[in-house]
Amino acid sequence: MKKLISVGLAAAMAFSLTACGGGSTSETTAAATTAAAAEAAKDDAAEATAEGGVLKIGVIGPYTGAAAEYGLGVRNAAELAANEINAAGGIGDGIMIELNAQDDEHDPQKSVNAYNTLKDWGAQMIIGSVTSAPCIAVAAETKADNMFQITPSGSAVECVANDNAFRVCFADPDQGRVAAEYIGSHELAQKVGIIYDSSTDYSTGIREAFVNEAANQNFEIVAEEAFTADTATDFSVQIDKMREAGAELVFLPFYYTEASIVLKQAADREYAPIFFGVDGMDGILGVENFDTSLAEGVMLLTPFSATDENSKDFTDAYVAAYGSTPNQFAADAYDAVYAIKAAVEKAGVTPDMSVSDICEAMKTAMTEITIDGLTGSGMTWNAAGEPNKEPKAAMIVDGAYVMQ
Amino acid sequence: MSFLTYLINGISLGSIYAIIALGYTMVYGIARMLNFAHGDIIMVGAFAVFTAVSTLGMPPFIGLIAAIAICTALGLTIEFVAYRPLRGATSLAVLITAIGVSYLLQNLALLIFGSNTRQFTSIVTLPNLKLAGGKMTVSSVTIVTIVCCIVIMIALTSFINHTKTGQAMLAVSEDRGAATLMGINVNRTIAVTFAIGSALAAVAGALLCSMYPSLTPYTGSMPGIKAFTAAVFGGIGSIPGALIGGLILGVVENLSKAYISSQLSDAIVFSLLIIILLVRPTGILGKKIQEKV
Repeated sequence: MKKLISVGLAAAMAFSLTACGGGSTSETTAAATTAAAAEAAKDDAAEATAEGGVLKIGVIGPYTGAAAEYGLGVRNAAELAANEINAAGGIGDGIMIELNAQDDEHDPQKSVNAYNTLKDWGAQMIIGSVTSAPCIAVAAETKADNMFQITPSGSAVECVANDNAFRVCFADPDQGRVAAEYIGSHELAQKVGIIYDSSTDYSTGIREAFVNEAANQNFEIVAEEAFTADTATDFSVQIDKMREAGAELVFLPFYYTEASIVLKQAADREYAPIFFGVDGMDGILGVENFDTSLAEGVMLLTPFSATDENSKDFTDAYVAAYGSTPNQFAADAYDAVYAIKAAVEKAGVTPDMSVSDICEAMKTAMTEITIDGLTGSGMTWNAAGEPNKEPKAAMIVDGAYVMQ
Repeated sequence: MSFLTYLINGISLGSIYAIIALGYTMVYGIARMLNFAHGDIIMVGAFAVFTAVSTLGMPPFIGLIAAIAICTALGLTIEFVAYRPLRGATSLAVLITAIGVSYLLQNLALLIFGSNTRQFTSIVTLPNLKLAGGKMTVSSVTIVTIVCCIVIMIALTSFINHTKTGQAMLAVSEDRGAATLMGINVNRTIAVTFAIGSALAAVAGALLCSMYPSLTPYTGSMPGIKAFTAAVFGGIGSIPGALIGGLILGVVENLSKAYISSQLSDAIVFSLLIIILLVRPTGILGKKIQEKV
């Protein structure tokens, strides 16, 4: 009898567990569907008239948790771009876009789950994931299925290691190359110093690419100093070295936390070169208790500024729809959708093709298109999935980014 | 000229190490224990100054006084709650407790203040010193730190040599049993030692963060380890040893960063420690204690 009861209990428990699991899955789907609800309704209306069919695109990113700012930007901007395209008659001969956004909470495992959910839904291509580690995990899956993938903002090298994956942002080391190009072509300085973090791949990778490209540019690297995670609070010697070498511009390829200390200590020493950062510098104005006047004149590579004239239409539409200012992730996602549109038109992809056939056609078409996006004009892609676009830099003036 | 800059910065860094090392060396000399939570008391001191000055808008000097009061109270509490019950226990048990206290303080700070880095506003508001017709700038924090270190050293040495409590501390460090027999209240003496060490930690925290303006719950741990190294270097238990150890460490660290490699400076500093300990196992000014057979 006892045994029977326990078996009964176990069964009940197992049932309730499955119920839970099922419940939560349908919940996330429901949430994602509501997000795209307005547009779905429009789709239905359009479908009746459109002959082109519906292209199903899955969007993966973190909509909750620490990286939610990034994921929400991507989701909103992708939706905005899809609505615009659908309202203007769709892609090519009236192919309507249908989006489905799934949350990965910036977790590689959950990202793969999100991908599987999207596959069940019938996704034919993927925008995502937004952050690097989940993006790498999803890339392995899309490769196995040969599904076309474009990440707006996965910047680690491995994100687009497979031939079916492309990205909109620059790869981490590429930022070093484009920073050197930018400094050279804008003749910002003759003598350049570098301070970098030798304990992270991010910083050493950018520094290496910067040094390689500097050889082709009309400036000279006069000083190069490193620090490690353990010594990331004291930059006095490095700053003195830069000054001694006469560096007019100091390249800081690391995150804003350390950069804020460098700026403070340089100011203490009354050393004022041009400080030039990469995307890790983005956030410097938000450091708690940071005197933003110290960041005055700091330059950083960033593809997008919401206050810029070129992005005004996008920013206005985004603010009207979502009530917040778009960030660079949103701009990347917006460009990703338009890149898909251009490639689909170029390759003549139709929604009735198989996932693998779409991917093969897109792979070739991506290398043939040129688009003028928010994050760069005349963007092209190579077969490795890397974008080629004019680097854009912003200067901090009166506590805000001003595009140069 | 640049050599002089590196040297002055090294002395200033060394002064901070020396002030922190005092806390380690006094507690070790008198209570015979390694207080690994000392580095985290520095962090608490820095957060106290930050909260008082940047959040509550008090003048820096008042903030510093408040931080000294908070750290002294904290040091006394830790001593009373965590270390005093273990007075008779093995030194290993006390060491583990100290590590436990260190993590407790770090995690409490994480809970209260979060893990975000804060930019610390310098408590020194004097203008920078310009030498050689403006070719060389020495920041005011650097000078204040060195002056503070000298003042603290003189004050502490005269306190120990010329007051009753100071003499009691010396006696306890020589022989705890005999000191008890002579009518010295050992528990009280050790508590005073912790109070002084923690008050110095508050000063060190304020100076450290004024010079290197990033404040996180982990701010104290690396300087704590370096200062402990300095204390061992100079001979643990010796107050002049802490000063010499701290200064050597700071200068070596800065010069090796400047002239050898900015990445290897820590490796060089710690290798130097190993060499010194091979040649002089008790440190530069450490007393050689004859073990009775």
